[in-house]
Amino acid sequence: MSKRSMICIVCPVGCHLEVDEQTLEVTGNRCPRGDAYGKKELTDPRRMLTSTVKVNSQLQRRLPIKTTDDIPKGLLFKAMEEINKITVQVPVNTGDILLENILDTGVDIVSTMTLEK
Amino acid sequence: MYDIIIIGGGAAGLSAAKEAYDPSLKILIIEREAQLGGILRQCIHNGFGIHKYNLELTGPEYAEKTHQLLGDLDIEVMMKSTVVDIIKDTDFDLTVMNEEQGEFHLHAKAIIIASGCYEKTRSQILLPGDRPAGIMTAGNAQRYLNIDGYMVGKKVFILGSGDIGLIMARRMTLEGASVLGVAELMPYSNGLTRNIAQCLDDFDIPLYLSHTVTDIVGKERLEKIVITEVDASYNPIPGTEKTFEVDTLLLSVGLVPDIQMFESLRFNTSPITKGAVVDQHLQTSVEGCFACGNALHVHDLVDWVSEESEKAGRFAKMYVKNELTKADVQSVEPGENVRYVLPQRFDFENQDDTVQFSLRTTLKAEKGTFKVYQGDDLILEKKARHLAPAEMEHIKISKDQLKTRDAIRISLEVFS
Repeated sequence: MSKRSMICIVCPVGCHLEVDEQTLEVTGNRCPRGDAYGKKELTDPRRMLTSTVKVNSQLQRRLPIKTTDDIPKGLLFKAMEEINKITVQVPVNTGDILLENILDTGVDIVSTMTLEK
Repeated sequence: MYDIIIIGGGAAGLSAAKEAYDPSLKILIIEREAQLGGILRQCIHNGFGIHKYNLELTGPEYAEKTHQLLGDLDIEVMMKSTVVDIIKDTDFDLTVMNEEQGEFHLHAKAIIIASGCYEKTRSQILLPGDRPAGIMTAGNAQRYLNIDGYMVGKKVFILGSGDIGLIMARRMTLEGASVLGVAELMPYSNGLTRNIAQCLDDFDIPLYLSHTVTDIVGKERLEKIVITEVDASYNPIPGTEKTFEVDTLLLSVGLVPDIQMFESLRFNTSPITKGAVVDQHLQTSVEGCFACGNALHVHDLVDWVSEESEKAGRFAKMYVKNELTKADVQSVEPGENVRYVLPQRFDFENQDDTVQFSLRTTLKAEKGTFKVYQGDDLILEKKARHLAPAEMEHIKISKDQLKTRDAIRISLEVFS
């Protein structure tokens, strides 16, 4: 039986996890979130994605954005292509949806900054 | 005349303002940028606020939330204005500049230094070789990319494993650059472990521990760099050179409290933190001058910046309301395996119920016990795990644990 070692990225503690590739048993975690992360990392690894998009603001040329939830790790670069097509008009508020259901993941792209002008 | 002037409108300044507020006090925040929020506005990644708000926010979201907590409190804000000098007579006399008014003076009974930190540059770490374009700090590259919309290069190498460098390794990769590696002089990373995992491992970016840049080649633009492994005394080992053809070298080699403009105040500074020496009220050796956040010592999480700055605000308010009486101050010393403890001074005359000490260790250890002494008396022990110089530790001491008014010393015992 082989085990995969990884560092848990759920919080800044950064536990050193070992996950059994067959049973998906997680050791080294100090909280239930680490257990869930370890299992998921082997079956369906996901990441939050943050980036910026074009904006017509007088204050700055880029608007920061994020995914509303984590998306499959393998889709990160494809998601960046979609995100780079977005242009936003001010005013824009934190939480405004800029793109719905990116790549059919059920996850939206939202603004993480308020720019009034 | 203001009661309190806060220099800096980032996480520290905004948090300090919230707690300094009192309807009877006149408070002003001076901010050099056109918007509040400080460095958080360019830190577009997430992971902020887990401790403070129990939420995983991006930098701009954390800034906005901190700003919103001020609500409609009557606190004045002066934007796009820079403090160039401060002297103390009976009150503080601030020389300020902005586009509209030119140079002018403002006066305050107390000031809070919340001016953040700056990044060490090439000239501070003495990198050998040519001086072409394409070498800059990771934070500058972050600003160019996330606010101004410029990619600074296509083939990138990063020197230093500080968190900004790691975050930029991922960010540049996602934007289409190829990041060839990160070199770190120390045998361990200076960034948070999770950032090694999610910024380097995720994208197969190699981390070269115990390596440094030993040559830079390029006429107009950077063409290549050479990195070399170092021995235990950080001297390059001949024959271990590796060459990388890159157009960009990002530096993430350390942050320093940005307090040069306060030189005229002549408060005592620490050679280790490079910030002011303060007591547990965050008051410097100059009465009425408080300091907090990265301007005091560099933090790894903004959550701790907010917490510390709220305290600075609260004590500055007490000071102007004459509720902080004359002090009986003793020193707080770092003992074995402890790099620094903050506050460095303890005022026994004005004690809160509990005092929180922030500290950094000198080494990496799986397990250890922090021991707090007054003279030879051990007054408190606290077990800790996964210790690393890059991760700040905290110890709380309650009033009744302090039996005497002797100096305090905190050391770390490591089990091997």
